[in-house]
Amino acid sequence: MSAPAQRRTEGLLFVAPFLFFYLLILIYPLLKGMWFSLNRIDLFGAGHFVGLGNYARLIGDPVFWQSIVNTIIVTLMIVPPLTAVALALALALNRATRGAAILRGIFFSSAVLSVTIVTLIWRFVLAPDAGLLGEVWKSAGWTPLPFLSDESLVLPALALTTIWWSVGFPMLLFLAGLQQIPQDMYEAAALDGASRWTTFTRITLPSLRRTTVLVIMLQTAAQLQLFGQSQLLTAGGPSGASRTAVLFLFESAFGRWELGYASAAAEVLFVMIVIVTLGQYAWTGRPGGDDAR
Amino acid sequence: MRAERMGFVAWALVLLGAAVMLAPLVWTLLLSLKHNAELVGNSGAALHGPYTLENYAAIFGTSRTLRWLLNSAIVSLGTTGCVLVLCSLAGYGFARLDFPFRRSLFVLVLLGLAIPSQAVILPQHQLFATLHLHNSYPGLILPGLTTSFGVFFMTQYMRAIPLELDEAALLDGASRLRIFWSVILPLTVPAQSALAVFTFLGSWNDYWWPLISATHSDMYTLTVGLAAAQMNYAQTSGLGFLMAQAVFASIPIFIVYLIFQKQIIRAMAGAALK
Repeated sequence: MSAPAQRRTEGLLFVAPFLFFYLLILIYPLLKGMWFSLNRIDLFGAGHFVGLGNYARLIGDPVFWQSIVNTIIVTLMIVPPLTAVALALALALNRATRGAAILRGIFFSSAVLSVTIVTLIWRFVLAPDAGLLGEVWKSAGWTPLPFLSDESLVLPALALTTIWWSVGFPMLLFLAGLQQIPQDMYEAAALDGASRWTTFTRITLPSLRRTTVLVIMLQTAAQLQLFGQSQLLTAGGPSGASRTAVLFLFESAFGRWELGYASAAAEVLFVMIVIVTLGQYAWTGRPGGDDAR
Repeated sequence: MRAERMGFVAWALVLLGAAVMLAPLVWTLLLSLKHNAELVGNSGAALHGPYTLENYAAIFGTSRTLRWLLNSAIVSLGTTGCVLVLCSLAGYGFARLDFPFRRSLFVLVLLGLAIPSQAVILPQHQLFATLHLHNSYPGLILPGLTTSFGVFFMTQYMRAIPLELDEAALLDGASRLRIFWSVILPLTVPAQSALAVFTFLGSWNDYWWPLISATHSDMYTLTVGLAAAQMNYAQTSGLGFLMAQAVFASIPIFIVYLIFQKQIIRAMAGAALK
């Protein structure tokens, strides 16, 4: 091989090890999953082509629809309050004092826990007979609420658990966004005698537009995949009231071993998440947009 | 004056929020310090003494928790080490060398940012079954190596390093691998540590893949082990012990968090600036 040709391909050798695993363990399964969704596959992996049969079956499956509706409801219950709380915390804690640093640490601390520990903790916060909230309710003289066994309370309970778990990361993103606002914009506003409220609505909020969209989209994509909280706290119950789309796919695949059917559900969810991701790019990636960079 | 009062209300709310954040953690800690029998039907007993360390002693005595801790450590450290090597090599290639299909391959890697794990998990499960990799450390580690974010992160970082460094070393007759190893890599230590912490946290807390891949309790990671313990839990026994397991399992990750707080924040902020 001549020297220039060798130099041209050298780079390939550097990226090849990663690409090998990437193509084998991510891209190949991604394509295979699409193929799975067009087949009826049994426990032993033997399958036959059914075209869009799995998708047609999904459309007629009330359990699937319930899981999709639950997923959308719980996402809507989580994302707006989570975004608002994270923004408020970032605004309050964006200062260089020791107290603010400690509080930032406290609000981020739950985010380093695994979903298993979070659900273990919240099971005994939410349980009416042995839980922290139950004890608080009892000491106030009320009857404890059965958060995890009441159809109308279970999704709010999962949302509350998830907000407690996830508030730290968006808070950090907002703090990073606040750090990037040039200080002289505030100085100019102060010279003009702008009020705090005007400064907030005219400078701070518009400058955080990109971060806000990012937080909303990342959280939406994450919550559409909500799984552990639902599986561990309630196993999707009572009577399916907290079964999410990923739990549905998990049960179809590893409970009933309907791999093709579960793959079709996975593709539906995948498309929903891709739409959210593309929405983010359409929203913030607009060239010549008015957002601060 | 009005601003003063607003500031006061805001701080009161923040402190209330901090109490809400901490209460479940303190509650868990208190439960873990109680004799199991005392908690039966009366978890309120956690609010007063006597407290005991017997639940923690039980972890070291009889339970499998230590084995799961070891598995989690092996998988997380293994994943982190491999990710650093693969992503640094790939980052160097994409950022500083030219080769056929470089742009298309980079776009292909970026596509991975939008692929959620549930879209690939069933074929992955089948692939690993074919390769007889379930219930093994490689089986638990390999899916973690497909991180598009890691490659993207290292590529961005290495792009910012002046190209003259490579050219000068090339003139001195150094090989590409040598330039990568002794010229560029030492300059990427901040990025390496941020990516390492990020990867370690993600791997340590992963529940989805080990739940499916590790089916023998010997090969459980802490997340799966605690999930199993939680599901098998009967309301009549062992609440204190269960909570002691939760506390015990969170200690390593809190230590990592406290030591690497700065890197975590930098990695997360970096992830946002893409």
